[in-house]
Amino acid sequence: MLARQLSKGPALSALRRKNPLSIPRAFAVRNASTASSSSAFESFLNSRLTLASVSLFTAGSVAWYTHLYGSLPFLGQVHASHASEEGLHPPDYPWPHAGLIDTFDHASIRRGYQVYREVCAACHSLDRIAWRNFVGVSHTVDEARAMAEEVEYQDGPDDQGEMFMRPGKIADYLPGPYPNEEAARAGNAGALPPDLSLIVKARHGGANYVYALITGYVDPPAGVEVREGMNYNPFFPGGAIGMARVLFDGLVEYEDGTPATTSQMAKDVVTFLHWAAEPEHDDRKKNGIKAVILFSTLTLLSLYVKRFKWTPIKNRKILYDPPVDKKH
Amino acid sequence: MSFSTTLYNTFFRRNSIFVGTVFAGAFAFGIGFDTGATAFFDRWNRGKQWKDIRHKYVEAAEEEE
Repeated sequence: MLARQLSKGPALSALRRKNPLSIPRAFAVRNASTASSSSAFESFLNSRLTLASVSLFTAGSVAWYTHLYGSLPFLGQVHASHASEEGLHPPDYPWPHAGLIDTFDHASIRRGYQVYREVCAACHSLDRIAWRNFVGVSHTVDEARAMAEEVEYQDGPDDQGEMFMRPGKIADYLPGPYPNEEAARAGNAGALPPDLSLIVKARHGGANYVYALITGYVDPPAGVEVREGMNYNPFFPGGAIGMARVLFDGLVEYEDGTPATTSQMAKDVVTFLHWAAEPEHDDRKKNGIKAVILFSTLTLLSLYVKRFKWTPIKNRKILYDPPVDKKH
Repeated sequence: MSFSTTLYNTFFRRNSIFVGTVFAGAFAFGIGFDTGATAFFDRWNRGKQWKDIRHKYVEAAEEEE
């Protein structure tokens, strides 16, 4: 047996060497065997379903690309505006609350409120935050009440139908610097300082953008003309912003002794504004981690139960037990 | 008496006991899970939340009064 196998190999190769025609024949045989699958391939290529699905896939890809990037693929575009018109993209800063289960740094929120009150509040309102919102976040009840009482609010009418002024209550909203939008524009050379309540949600890049903007003031590069009264900031779309740089080292004096550098104040005030835009942030993350744990446990449980129930069904073997012929 | 028999006689035999066990178990699990998740969350965010820095300002306010 072994000898036969040994002798077979050389004999075959010798045969092939002697008869070169046998090799093309082998190829021909192989071609004949693949011919059927080739015709199946051709019928696949020619089928309407293939045509329809490929067309659908192509149209879908183009639509998806257009939706994602805002322009058709493989078509060059010429823009009248420069890329700087869009504003520089802000970098990702390592916020203390950046992680999936990281809360705000509440000491930073408290310092940020101080910066807002002493610096930003000269021009920017914070309409949607009431004094009571600070309680349990950055200030105690007594502190919030004391801050509210420093401001006079109009109330009324009283018995005589007159409006009167009264010290603020804890449920009052933070006062704005201007009585109305026209006064705000008139005080800022026509530029309206936006309300800061939701500014972190309202700008692309969120907190990163606001931080980059208020720390990003530089001299305009050569060839860039900035109009009188405007300031150059590469992060602001268009480059020219009505607001001047306001944060300089040592501008405020923190009560907890933190050195008030420009970047520290910017970080604190942006953390504060982030809290103002998303006051539910901490609870959201806490409930999120709980929901993830519960739902993943339930998912694993349901997968296990499914396998448990299906195991006997999937592993069963159906045997045909033929009837025994009783006549024999 | 085996464990399963004990289990059956204790919890599953009467529907009132069974439903009561489910409700009480859900209640206990709710409290326990909430406590555990909160403990982990506070540990992770140690020093950042208001309750961690509150004592500084509450004491200061009491001294003023």
